[in-house]
Amino acid sequence: MALLEIQNLNRRFGGLQAVNNVSFNVEQGIIKAVIGPNGAGKTTLFNLIAGNLPANSGKIYFNNERISGRKPYQIAKQGISRTYQNIKLFHGMTALENVMLGRHIRSKAGFMAGMLNLPWTWSEEKKIKEKSMEYLDLLGVADCADTEISNLSFGQQRGVEFARALASEPTLLLLDEPAAGLNIYETAEIGRLIMKIRQSGITILLVEHDMSLVMDISDEIVVLSFGEKIAEDLPQNIQQNEEVIRVYLGDE
Amino acid sequence: MDLLKRYIPVFCLLALVISVQLVTQFTETSFYLTQLTMSAYYSVVVIGLCVLMGYGGQISLGHAGFFAIGGYLAGALTTHNLLPFREHGLVVFLDRIGLLVAGKDLYGGNLLTVEPWAACIAAVLASGIIALAIGGPVLKLKGHYLAMATLGFGIIIYRIALASAYFGEADGISEVPGFMLLPGIEVSGSFRARTLNYYIAWGMVTCGVILLLNLIHSRVGRALRSIHGAEEAANAMGVNTARYKLYIFVLSAVFAAFAGVFMTHYNGGIGPSEAGIMKSVRYVAIVAVGGMANLWGALVMGIVLNFLSLRGVFGSYDDAVFGAILIIIMLFAPQGILKINLWQQVKQLLSHLTPALRKEETE
Repeated sequence: MALLEIQNLNRRFGGLQAVNNVSFNVEQGIIKAVIGPNGAGKTTLFNLIAGNLPANSGKIYFNNERISGRKPYQIAKQGISRTYQNIKLFHGMTALENVMLGRHIRSKAGFMAGMLNLPWTWSEEKKIKEKSMEYLDLLGVADCADTEISNLSFGQQRGVEFARALASEPTLLLLDEPAAGLNIYETAEIGRLIMKIRQSGITILLVEHDMSLVMDISDEIVVLSFGEKIAEDLPQNIQQNEEVIRVYLGDE
Repeated sequence: MDLLKRYIPVFCLLALVISVQLVTQFTETSFYLTQLTMSAYYSVVVIGLCVLMGYGGQISLGHAGFFAIGGYLAGALTTHNLLPFREHGLVVFLDRIGLLVAGKDLYGGNLLTVEPWAACIAAVLASGIIALAIGGPVLKLKGHYLAMATLGFGIIIYRIALASAYFGEADGISEVPGFMLLPGIEVSGSFRARTLNYYIAWGMVTCGVILLLNLIHSRVGRALRSIHGAEEAANAMGVNTARYKLYIFVLSAVFAAFAGVFMTHYNGGIGPSEAGIMKSVRYVAIVAVGGMANLWGALVMGIVLNFLSLRGVFGSYDDAVFGAILIIIMLFAPQGILKINLWQQVKQLLSHLTPALRKEETE
């Protein structure tokens, strides 16, 4: 069984069929990319997987459990973590605190324990902090741990967002345009990072516009156009696929 | 180490509380203690609301309602005579399990009322349950809509207090007896118990502050702030945002209800003005002045402004002053006045002025 199974997924916005009968699987341990022209329904697809949008029909299975119809926080607890196209960090909090939120599902102190400051919560907090620092370190942004998030550069914010997503120790990581707004050096850096994450055993599904990055790192590629899946293949085959070329370059 | 840093201001608060009491004792100005006691109870509402607004990012224009539910229920239960209903099954049952006490009214008539501890717990529970029931649907709303909905709740409670005979209509409830917390420690407005009650009220503030300080520095506090920062992302990180918002709403309602119960016993009564909209607006204004996500700021402002108001400094313009405070804070110091960086403001003012001056020079 594949880690993530998407079956006949549909989503309409009024008269627009944003995702049209899309099905594909993501096998454990691979990097899979979803590409397609603007408006192809890539981000909608991500929002459907993460539970931010309900599907009109179709099913999504994760680890053989049906996750379509569940709330985002429930899906997060199942082990799916994500980053956003336009970074969504918690403003008014430091980089470290942002990453500590990633540990939310891996810790359990509730209202009562928090208010009474029970001794076991101290060691839990300490562990959360240590783990979070490790992830900041991994992303090379440990030196801005105590900086408020809006005082960080775009690249640093992206790093913190990655650290936050990884801190929850996900099984599947959804990356929505991780290279958006980065220069070629930073993009190469992100590429190496994504490979490193995959090596640690995390499966990755990403949406990306940067074709050289996609071709470099992906094991498999799904191509969407106007909400429909038009191809699913290995990167080298996708490059030769006439349908894909037509969609990207237009009819002759 | 962090813990010590967290509690140092609490020790300072306690030291201040004690020194104020000693100063009033030696300068024979202990009449101030009455207003300081009442300010303390109002501040309990304020700190609860501060955590809801500043950390949870949810507004409530109905918190006077929760204060009133606590106060009115505790007042009514401990004051209304149950003797005429002594044959009723419920009264017999309550009597048998020891929740009723016999007493005498002002004219020596026999009274049978609910024991204050039982009344207190019932009143606070009622407030919490109502908050749970209201909060469930209402907290799905955001911004203006949430403000409107909670305002509506506040109006309902106000009108119920004003219209029902059980709650004394426009007169409210009076002759509420004292509340014996422990043998010898009674919440009451009697002249001799003034110093004791000052300490009871401040003890409550201190406990409340410690609980909330712990909460905002915990995993839950972090989750609440994340909801404030980016709700969608908080959800994606596994925070059940709907439940967290509901719980913090209920918690702040429980704080308000406790304050209402104690205040009613202290004042010996409660009137509909305690449930009024202007009271809710006042609490919101105080939290705003203190600087939304600043528990200490809210507490300091809660004490200072309520004390001034209770001393009658604002005269009959009381409500107008709080309205004006709200406008001024929103315009000039949305972070609260304790966060104003005076030098920054001056520099900003200068940078606005200097181009104009330079222009004049060149002309």
